[in-house]
Amino acid sequence: MLYIPGNNPAMIQQGGVYGADSILLDLEDAVALNQKDAARILIRNMIRVIDFYDAEVCVRINHLSTPFGLADLEAIVPLQPSAIRYPKTESAEEVAELLTIIEKIEDRHGLPHNKMTLHAMIETAMGVQNVFNIASQFVRVDAITIGGQDLTADMNIVYTPEGTGIDFARKRIVMAAKASHIDVIDTVFPDVNDEEGLRKETEYAKSIGFTGKAVINPRQIEIIHKVYTPTEEEVRKAYRIVKEFKINSAAGVGVFAIDGKMIDAPIVTRAEYILRLANVTVG
Amino acid sequence: MLNSLGREIPEYIEGIGKLEPFQGALTKLRKGWMDEPTIPAPNRAYLPHQSKLCTSLEDAILRSNPHNGMTVSFHHHLRNGDILLVQTLTILHNLGIREITLASSSLNECHDPILTYLKDGTVTRIFSSGIRSQLGRAIALGVLDIPAVIHSHGGRVRSIHTGKIHIDLAIIAASAADCEGNATGSHGKSAFGSIGYAVIDARYAKQVIVVTDNLVNYPCIPLSISQNFIDLVVVVDSIGDASQIATGTTRITNSPMDLRIAKLAADVIEHSGFFEPGFSFQVGAGGASLAVAKFIREKMKVKGLKGSFMLGGITSYCVDMLNDGLFETIFDVQSFDAVVSNSLLNNRRHIEIQAALYANPFNSGCITNKIDVVVLGALEIDVDFNVNVITGSEGNIRGASGGHSDTSSGAKLTVVVCPSFRGRIPIIKKRVHTIVTPGESVHVLVTERGICVNPAYKELEENLRRAGLNVKDIHDLEIEVDEITGIPAPLEYTDKIVGIVEYRDGTIIDVIHQLKEK
Amino acid sequence: MKPKIAAQSGTFESSDVIILIEPLPDHSGRKLEISSTVMQQFGESFKRIVVDMLDQFELTDIHLIAKDKGALEPTIKARLETAIKRSLGEQEGTM
Repeated sequence: MLYIPGNNPAMIQQGGVYGADSILLDLEDAVALNQKDAARILIRNMIRVIDFYDAEVCVRINHLSTPFGLADLEAIVPLQPSAIRYPKTESAEEVAELLTIIEKIEDRHGLPHNKMTLHAMIETAMGVQNVFNIASQFVRVDAITIGGQDLTADMNIVYTPEGTGIDFARKRIVMAAKASHIDVIDTVFPDVNDEEGLRKETEYAKSIGFTGKAVINPRQIEIIHKVYTPTEEEVRKAYRIVKEFKINSAAGVGVFAIDGKMIDAPIVTRAEYILRLANVTVG
Repeated sequence: MLNSLGREIPEYIEGIGKLEPFQGALTKLRKGWMDEPTIPAPNRAYLPHQSKLCTSLEDAILRSNPHNGMTVSFHHHLRNGDILLVQTLTILHNLGIREITLASSSLNECHDPILTYLKDGTVTRIFSSGIRSQLGRAIALGVLDIPAVIHSHGGRVRSIHTGKIHIDLAIIAASAADCEGNATGSHGKSAFGSIGYAVIDARYAKQVIVVTDNLVNYPCIPLSISQNFIDLVVVVDSIGDASQIATGTTRITNSPMDLRIAKLAADVIEHSGFFEPGFSFQVGAGGASLAVAKFIREKMKVKGLKGSFMLGGITSYCVDMLNDGLFETIFDVQSFDAVVSNSLLNNRRHIEIQAALYANPFNSGCITNKIDVVVLGALEIDVDFNVNVITGSEGNIRGASGGHSDTSSGAKLTVVVCPSFRGRIPIIKKRVHTIVTPGESVHVLVTERGICVNPAYKELEENLRRAGLNVKDIHDLEIEVDEITGIPAPLEYTDKIVGIVEYRDGTIIDVIHQLKEK
Repeated sequence: MKPKIAAQSGTFESSDVIILIEPLPDHSGRKLEISSTVMQQFGESFKRIVVDMLDQFELTDIHLIAKDKGALEPTIKARLETAIKRSLGEQEGTM
């Protein structure tokens, strides 16, 4: 997920070429307070015209408690991007209120309520405490994400590259997402020049369950893709598992063995997930 | 008359002579020899212990028979740090010499001051592989009556052999030289590395002056240029602006766009079928092309693959790859940074080569003929894969033919990397303004919005598609880009020809018309 | 109609355009100053976009300066709309 500052035409017009799975046009932190109006109009025009190829287009709007949130919704909802990303989400009540406003705008434009989804950003201690309610109660919330910098600020601690301070939050957010069967996206890695650091953090995020990671610079995309792309050997193994499973289940066998190791349902599910990531189908 | 790419080429141009139209990249070479006769190198005699040292550049020039209509040559190894070309022309101008033919292997921004000599008739003809900046603008607008001739690095050697460029006086800047004129660029405070483009000038000019700011005890080694071709030696305070010559190391670009294009180009190379043990490789020093080396280096390490040689303009990045053991040899005709000079001097697998060995089509085999993969840039490319690296979208002459057509004609895989548009100007055109490299020499175009394979190379296209790369028809991409940028209004030109683009075999691949000033 | 206040939008960055709008006295008409790095190729199309948008907002007595660095059409239109709305006092930005 590539963040693109909402008031930067050069970056927006090239947003689709970097191979990001998702483009995040940002009206919030990346836009100066006195340029919110300009960015809103720019993003509106760009979404209509620019081809972002296979990337999903999401827009991060300003919080409704700011003077910009409502105007952002009025401008963006009619465009129906793939998703709206809502910053500093703290409670289910807040999400309910947001969805009511969105749906009213959609009604006014004759738009369905089930197309555009919502990504809730968890960036405060209160948000972390309420994350399961936020993640589980709304069909339209199909991803949650952690905002590391804001969270450390809210916790009154210093952000460190090791992420010690936000480790609990990371895991709690992941757990809420897993329990709700939705995606969970890790925070950005701010040091663009530290490729090794990015790789390590991404590997860690993957290992504890994050399904993706946000980036602030296109240069970071490749590294994250590398971490998340299964190796050839993983794919080959997964292929074999799924293929054997199909043969065995057709024969009515539930549990079987490959190379002496028992293969049961969770292993098959994991193998299917790897094949999905690798874009491989078992014929 | 039309050449084989459909460009109208006049049969004769006053001041240039008869022109032969381009008929295909290898057509003339198939014969096995060159029809044009070569001219003999000048013969001279020196007495034992006769001194070649002069007191000043002016003194040396005065002793070199300066005359109206003379041809003066220079090399461009000091790139944008050169000061001798301007100094020399100023001296000649002050001597009242007129109608000079300037034959520099290339021209840079630092040469802008000579514009006044183009205007006042001191310089009336130019042969060069590249012209830029104010000079390029002025020539595009028609400051010269006789069109400037743009040649390739290899083509320049041929032109000197045939006497098309008949050098009266060669000025050779060297960062180290001795009293007999043995000279090199590989050490000294103004070190610039290989001096490969100047070797042919030394061999064929009637008078050759070596200019150095670093006179060393006899003999100066290595003998990059040897004394038997040198008439005079001048010691000066400085041969150029060291900060502009060769500094530090070449950094890989930080531009996300260049890196993205480079990454895609590296993927193309990896899956092309030519990424094999022992492959040979050349990249330019420009943003995206150099960055390709970064990704290729990673891929070679992952695969444990070792290449044969790297060629061309050499950067510190190439040197790193040599030192990593990824390639066995570097052939260096031009060096881009200080680290390279050091390696050239000290590493016996880093070999200085001259332009003739690098790229001259008319000999028994130049090294560009041995390249497997070359990565090159473009100012424009068209749907027939013809490449323009000489005229900009605003109509100015602002680039260099350089080794573009030489290397692409030799390589098994020529990869052109460029963004699909720059500052709202589409780079992929229906027809490029000026052809420097014919489409038949270009195998694949890599842009951030898609990869286009020359339809003549079906197997390559198949390989790339099988690897899941984003292959598009170049016509489709051209339309796609036009839709993003809008279609630019065409520039306006007069009938006057201000430049001719010579293909490496001496035929004319295109002409440049005078730009109407707006 | 004419702008209420002077207003500005856009930046000097590449692929962007900076627009400056000033009100003029009644019946002075439109004064347009457009410069662009791609004036030769896109100057005419740029002018047409400006005129169309001024027509759309029915703005007549206006001085508009545009300095373009190769902005695409959606960007040009966005910057124009922003500057116009700011000059009409419909939204706030910077001057």
